[in-house]
Amino acid sequence: MKFTLSWLKEHLDTDADAAKIGEKLTSIGLEVESITDPGAALKNFVVGEVITADRHPNADKLRLCTVSDGKDTLQIVCGAPNARAGIKVVLARPGTVIPASGDVLKLGNIRGVESRGMMCSARELLLGEDHDGIIELKAGAMVGAPVAAALEEAGLLANDPLFDVSITPNRGDAASVFGIARDLAASGLGTLKAEKIQPVAGKFPSSKKITLDFTPENKNACPIFAGRLIRGVKNGPAPQWVQDRLKSVGMKSISALVDATNLISQDRGRPLHVFDADKLSGNLHARMAIDHERVLALDEKTYVLDPDTIVIADDSFARGIAGVMGGMDTGSFGDTVNVFIESAWFDPAHIARTGRKQAIISDARYRFERGVDPQFVLPGLELCTQYILEWCGGEASNVVIAGELPPPHKPIPFDPAFVQKLGGITVPQGEIKRILEALGFVVDSNWLVVPPSWRHDVDGPADLVEEVVRIHGLQGVTSVPLPRTSGVAAPVLSKAQRRTRTARRALAARGFNETVSFSFISRDQAKLFGGGDDARQLSNPIASDLDALRPSVLPSLLAAASRNAARGSANLQLFEIGAAFDSGVPGEQKNVAAAIRAGTGERHWQKSDVASGLFAAKTDLLAALEAITGAPMSAPITQGGPGWYHPGRSGTITMGPKVIAQFGEIHPKVLAAFDLKGPAAGFEIFLDAIPDAKSKGKAKPLFLPSPYQAIERDFAFVVDAKLAASEIVKAVKLADRNLIDGVTVFDVYEGKGVPDGKKSVAVAVRIQPKDATLTEAEIDALAQKIVAATIKLGATLRA
Amino acid sequence: MADIASLQSEILATVAGAADEAALEAVRVATLGKKGSVSALLATMGSLSPDERKFQGPKFNGLRDAVTEAITARKVRLADAALDARLASETLDVTLPSRFENSGTVHPISQVLEEVVAIFAELGFGVAEGPDVEFDDYNFTRLNIPPDHPARQMQDTFYVAAQADGDSHVLRTHTSPVQVRTMLNAKPPIRVISPGRTYRVDSDATHSPMFHQVEALVVDEGIHLGHLKWTVEQFCKAFFEIDQIELRARPSFFPFTEPSLEWDMRCDRRTPGKITFGTGNDWLELGGSGMVHRKVLENCGIDPTKYQGFAFGFGLDRMAMLKYGMPDIRSFFESDLRWLKHYGFQPLDIPTLDGGLSR
Repeated sequence: MKFTLSWLKEHLDTDADAAKIGEKLTSIGLEVESITDPGAALKNFVVGEVITADRHPNADKLRLCTVSDGKDTLQIVCGAPNARAGIKVVLARPGTVIPASGDVLKLGNIRGVESRGMMCSARELLLGEDHDGIIELKAGAMVGAPVAAALEEAGLLANDPLFDVSITPNRGDAASVFGIARDLAASGLGTLKAEKIQPVAGKFPSSKKITLDFTPENKNACPIFAGRLIRGVKNGPAPQWVQDRLKSVGMKSISALVDATNLISQDRGRPLHVFDADKLSGNLHARMAIDHERVLALDEKTYVLDPDTIVIADDSFARGIAGVMGGMDTGSFGDTVNVFIESAWFDPAHIARTGRKQAIISDARYRFERGVDPQFVLPGLELCTQYILEWCGGEASNVVIAGELPPPHKPIPFDPAFVQKLGGITVPQGEIKRILEALGFVVDSNWLVVPPSWRHDVDGPADLVEEVVRIHGLQGVTSVPLPRTSGVAAPVLSKAQRRTRTARRALAARGFNETVSFSFISRDQAKLFGGGDDARQLSNPIASDLDALRPSVLPSLLAAASRNAARGSANLQLFEIGAAFDSGVPGEQKNVAAAIRAGTGERHWQKSDVASGLFAAKTDLLAALEAITGAPMSAPITQGGPGWYHPGRSGTITMGPKVIAQFGEIHPKVLAAFDLKGPAAGFEIFLDAIPDAKSKGKAKPLFLPSPYQAIERDFAFVVDAKLAASEIVKAVKLADRNLIDGVTVFDVYEGKGVPDGKKSVAVAVRIQPKDATLTEAEIDALAQKIVAATIKLGATLRA
Repeated sequence: MADIASLQSEILATVAGAADEAALEAVRVATLGKKGSVSALLATMGSLSPDERKFQGPKFNGLRDAVTEAITARKVRLADAALDARLASETLDVTLPSRFENSGTVHPISQVLEEVVAIFAELGFGVAEGPDVEFDDYNFTRLNIPPDHPARQMQDTFYVAAQADGDSHVLRTHTSPVQVRTMLNAKPPIRVISPGRTYRVDSDATHSPMFHQVEALVVDEGIHLGHLKWTVEQFCKAFFEIDQIELRARPSFFPFTEPSLEWDMRCDRRTPGKITFGTGNDWLELGGSGMVHRKVLENCGIDPTKYQGFAFGFGLDRMAMLKYGMPDIRSFFESDLRWLKHYGFQPLDIPTLDGGLSR
């Protein structure tokens, strides 16, 4: 919402300057986006008077002047041909910033003579291109005064600060200069000039009639519609002051008839429409559109309407989208002679829906959907009549009205103590009453408060508190501490939240860089990870490659790896903790910690392991799981994972019925889809699937070390090459659960000395006696049990 | 007995001259061995008269002790020299690079969230979370934003495709639906913050289609704007880790609060790219807030005649940018390794109130 200071002053009697008004607007909830004050940059320039102007002793083209700034007389060297005694000039003294150059003016010495200031040209002040001479102000300019007023008088500066105020959606009443003035007046910044608009007497009966053609369920769409004919107008340009005013807020001046409605819309918040009466067939009707009814609107686009749209129609066709945009065929142009003015009130919800569906942004929609003042339907019509008669001549008919004004708002029972109770601010009752009344509320002796007709956002006591608090000033609210809920603050995180945190710090500590990526990816990428179905598509994506809810966090990481590789960082470790979506239904999402290693690893002068292989990822995964669960991972790991992993180099970890993690090298086809050249491996931890550890109290189990020395024995088994190593480990452990403390695979060999299709798996078995040191015979017996236990796996001891 | 003295000096010279352990062993055999010269001398003791023995005995023993000691000392010397030689041969160039280990980092969003949680936990606020895909009812309607309310245009909403049951859901435009869920499931007094990802159809230099919010909600008897102001002040002081702050409240509008206000913090932005808080003539927008609307309380099953509450919310990304000087929100989500390493936090820099939120 834009307006100038002078426009505001049409409605508000105030001495406040632009800065003060701006501050007040923001403090009462009309947030100032900007104040453009053309005079602000010139506030340090003053009107000067040239007392003498003589030839410079050392330069023919320069003049040596003495200039009065109202207090002192300054010696100034000037090169302008028009510098002469007696003229009033724009004077800059040392220290002033010259707008054109941005430089601070310094004390000068020109050709051996001191110069204590500068007389400015229009170009130096950014007021025009003129640089042939210095500005000559009008003779009456007051010497020593700031130059803004004198420049305005000289026609060089439109010294009218422009405000741009952002209006919140509840404040349709403030979408007008008058409405803003009313709020400022209530806040004590001036007096509202509220002149009553005098009705214009009709000279003849309107030949056009109006009807409201609604079914009972639609009748609230347009409760009142008024209008009148004006015949014999001459449409030309609007008066200069109207053109200037519209231009000052960035609106185009079109013609007197159109400008009249635009001026009233901006000034009073009352949208109107002026039909060319000769182009209307028969009478006017407000009704709902017929399905697929078409209207060619003033923006020269044809809109196809639905039955939820209100239209203004004549006897033949819909002629305008009510409250949103008028029609082209019946608009007023240069040849218009007879006009019909429409002033109506439309239901904000209908206008909002239509505006949104048709994607029309107009000043009328902006105001109607926020709610205009129904009581201003007739005054607005009268004001428009006055303007047209004054600017275009003609004579007005009587006013025709269909429907009736909506009833006044319901009174709100209000307890003034509620201001303190909800607002935490003490405002005397008299002041509460004054504020409400200044805003147009009617307050009776029992504190029954009726909101004014222009406010549609006030329907309860809390709204009244807001009105009082915003006008009284929020700085009056005193801080009050919240009572403490416990002496020492109690922990607040859930177990799931702690798991997330631990996962994050554990992965970062292992050298992974945390990323945060969009929750939506491209559909093609989603399909590679089991997603990309219709149910997980966005209806209105921001870009076509960000249209699918991600079914996994891995594609985000792989895309990041690809982008980084393109920037020269192919070796990386990334992780992200975030949502993966199982469907498009609320709650059907998982909290996933996913990580990848990509690239062949940094080269090093000593040889190292494969950086982005299966076992690098597995090591990271188990370390993270240990950090998350607080214990070494003992859940079973099975061969194979989902399709985005290498089918032979992936695994799955389950706890009870739930998959808690999957890991592996990324499938080469997936790598190719992400344009990744090097290898990559990664994992996904399903944080919500990890069961909470059973609480056994805070004390740890007693530490009971065995006094007997543990011994280690190695066994090498020849087994089928396809047998999982974990099967051997499990079988060995089960050979004697009491004595065997640990089994570690330390060598796997296939090749010479081992039959084809077989492999040798060597394990170290740690034996921990509990009751007595084992004898050789006992150890031998245990070894026999171990060998026996592996026989069912088809294992033989390697010779 | 000049012989013994000269024999001793002769032997000691040989010991000193032994170049390695083998040579030294040869000297030992030649002197202290069964047939060694010193042993031979000691063997003559038995044939001496008691007087001579009394006189010669100490000298012979002295010779034996001196030779033994010299051989032992020489042996240690030779062993040390051998070790020194081995160590010298094992020298490595310590300036060669150590094994490469990537330095992991925590994303600023996560770090700042932990800072925020630490502060609010101290004030007794729990942490509530909810889904990213949300019911229209929770995201809008129960928050007093009916279908045709102009406020829906304030928030450009992402819609998820219609589901099998015909319902269409939204990506939450704020974390307020988590407040709805909290109020539906808990009885007052309520103190929670709800952090999380939020989404709006908006993408330009200062907007990202995904961003993060944290909202605080307090519902109890007798809660008013003064409590809201105190909480915002306490939070800002703790978060920005400065003693002096100045806040300004501006009336505003949100459908779910009444009265509604926005908070600004005094700052100095005269130096481009730099913000100093607590002084200056600029105001920095922090976020919106207000007293929870009566209808919202009702919609969430809380008696508005008994309870009042406040809520306030701000952008986590924005807070991170302000505190740690990141210029562009879009770079938060680009996963540029250089950015992650530059602005990320060390894994063990866990924000705590006792140790300080940041270094």
